[in-house]
Amino acid sequence: MKTQTINNKQELAEETQRITGSEAIVRSLIAEGVDILYGYPGGAIMPVYDELYKFQDQIHHVLTRHEQGAAHAAQGYARISGKVGVAMATSGPGATNLITGIADAQIDSTPLVCITGQVFSHLLGSDAFQETDIVGISTPVTKWNCQVTAAEDIPDAIAKAFYIARSGRPGPVLVDITKDAQVTEFDFKYKKCKGVRSYNPVPKTSQEAINAAAELINNAKKPMIVWGQGVILGQAEDELKAVIEKAGIPAAWTILGASAIPTSHPLNIGMVGMHGNYAPNLKTNECDVLIAIGMRFDDRVTGRLDAYAKQAKIIHFDIDPAEINKNVKVDVPVLGDSKESLGMLLEALNQNSHEAWLQEFKDLYAIEFEKVIKDDLTPAKEGLTMGEVLKQINIESKGNAAIVSDVGQHQMIACRYADFNVTKSNITSGGLGTMGFALPAAIGAKMAAPNREVVAIIGDGGYQMNIQELGTIFQQKVPVKIVVLNNEFLGMVRQWQQLFFDKRYASTEMTNPDFVTIAKGYSIEGKRVTKREELADAVKEMIASKESYFLEVCVEKEDNVFPMIPSGASVSDIRLS
Amino acid sequence: MNEDIKTFTISVYTENNIGLLNRISAIFQRRHINIESLTTSQSEIDGVNRFVIVVNMTETNANKIVRQIEKQVETIKAYYHTNEETIFTESCMFKIKSELLFDEPQIQNIIKESDTRIITVNKEFFVLEKSGRRHEIESLRRDLNVFGIMQFVRSGRIAVTKDEMKITELLTAFNNQ
Repeated sequence: MKTQTINNKQELAEETQRITGSEAIVRSLIAEGVDILYGYPGGAIMPVYDELYKFQDQIHHVLTRHEQGAAHAAQGYARISGKVGVAMATSGPGATNLITGIADAQIDSTPLVCITGQVFSHLLGSDAFQETDIVGISTPVTKWNCQVTAAEDIPDAIAKAFYIARSGRPGPVLVDITKDAQVTEFDFKYKKCKGVRSYNPVPKTSQEAINAAAELINNAKKPMIVWGQGVILGQAEDELKAVIEKAGIPAAWTILGASAIPTSHPLNIGMVGMHGNYAPNLKTNECDVLIAIGMRFDDRVTGRLDAYAKQAKIIHFDIDPAEINKNVKVDVPVLGDSKESLGMLLEALNQNSHEAWLQEFKDLYAIEFEKVIKDDLTPAKEGLTMGEVLKQINIESKGNAAIVSDVGQHQMIACRYADFNVTKSNITSGGLGTMGFALPAAIGAKMAAPNREVVAIIGDGGYQMNIQELGTIFQQKVPVKIVVLNNEFLGMVRQWQQLFFDKRYASTEMTNPDFVTIAKGYSIEGKRVTKREELADAVKEMIASKESYFLEVCVEKEDNVFPMIPSGASVSDIRLS
Repeated sequence: MNEDIKTFTISVYTENNIGLLNRISAIFQRRHINIESLTTSQSEIDGVNRFVIVVNMTETNANKIVRQIEKQVETIKAYYHTNEETIFTESCMFKIKSELLFDEPQIQNIIKESDTRIITVNKEFFVLEKSGRRHEIESLRRDLNVFGIMQFVRSGRIAVTKDEMKITELLTAFNNQ
């Protein structure tokens, strides 16, 4: 499959040199500014690894312990840095092991370039050893993919891959390269891709749409903002903050939007969705204008669609035209890049404040605090809660840590209670809900941002899905902090079994190994906490550590996460117990 | 509010790319939408392909589907149209035993009256070709079926739209960027 780079606008970067396809791959990555990539070698990608060996002073390859770990590490790298993450694997099982990470990146709009080796082109379709149709398999979960069978097509394919991965609404791209293309010599010249004629990554924001949005907002009595990751991907945090402050609008976030505005901001009213905060969920069905910014009305956010914000005029800012009216019919769509469109909106907004309306959120927060938050953060009972662990981490990290969470109860607790002072600090698998995400993603995040404190918060279930990546932490000396909140259950599934399946705990109870001993096997300092009086010191020791550190906290076995919007219920039906 | 299900012709202009057929058909498959017919060919612009896809669905869903198709990197532009907004046709072929052509004079009348073309005749069989609307093809098939059809095949719909689809302008705009 030839790529259509003939039509692309390109710029000249280097002089022509006669090299092999595999050297061209490595030089192309370096030309795209790649300093770290994650992967695992194997037969069909060995020529590229041979070149990585020669170029190791310019590009650092991190050997993960599983290709899934490589994909998630590349995601963590991309999410904290805003740069394109790169993962590499061999053909067949190497390539298919990347798929979960690619699917995760697709649904969470994470820029990723995955390079896979492929059998010789003359063997394609012959069921050769380790041959799999990875282009076919990855098609539904990639923004774009292609197979390269000729060395001379490599630079253009990689240039196009990086351009597509990072531009517009970002996403994962896979380039599959046959072994003969890797070993053939050709005249190499790298030109960065500047455009693809069939692809319009950033629709232009129309002034009319901005005016219509501003008129609704300026006349609103009870406006409410829900922002998502689009604000972070568009680097529009400052513009969002200015909009919120100028118009005095209470603003809530989706799970992937977390940290774009500091937790402590007086107009930050918390998280929407199934385990989000009480006030923003209830007020969704009371506001008169709902302003959605860079979010996609996921079912975990909206609950029952025919009872979602029916009373409100809805304004939807998004870069992706396919998101407009996809789930929720909107009154004013505003297409475009969030930084540009929020900048234009700011100009058109009147200075305003909505004190009485904001007070209603505060009153509901007080109810949630009394019924839920108080018991989560300062429990009176004997057993430890997940919430109090998060509270200690907030205290010790002063809210400056990047929190990488896995999937389940601990994830909801982490997103609800972590303090975020800095943007790009909540790294979690949102759309796909991939257990096993956090440990490898934390590796990628820490390597991309070595000066930041990176704390992985993981359940005992998800931890064991990619626990092999402790080997990567050990070998690469990644000073990542690992917190396992151990309730000896697949907690979220158990919570549903308790609430909706009459406590039939089918296959959710776990007999766990000695996690501290396992960590010590990888020379990672570790501690287990079972009592409240040990917790503060242990967290302090962990955060103070200059090296990787493992902390297991044995928490109450059968705690539930509340508030909760039961599946299929309206946001108005949010339960506090 | 229940919306009517109608027949829509979706026209997609794309770069000439092998993988794109997979991407486009997956959009329908994921949503359990049956494709009535799908035809792909060269378009009026060199190097640009055109898909003509016929589906039965609500207009709201047709709109959503078209935007999902347009979201694919190698899609230049996609549109949906009702039957009234397009000129469309299908094509079909019949393979029939040659002896019937001489034994059954009625067949010759059918061929003349239905504006059907004889492509080839040999000792064993002859082949008829007809283009037209589905009901015309169906009526011809019923008429010929009485005498026995060795093979029958019908193509998917091809269609042009009454309104303009400004693909050349789009491509020129990109080149001038």
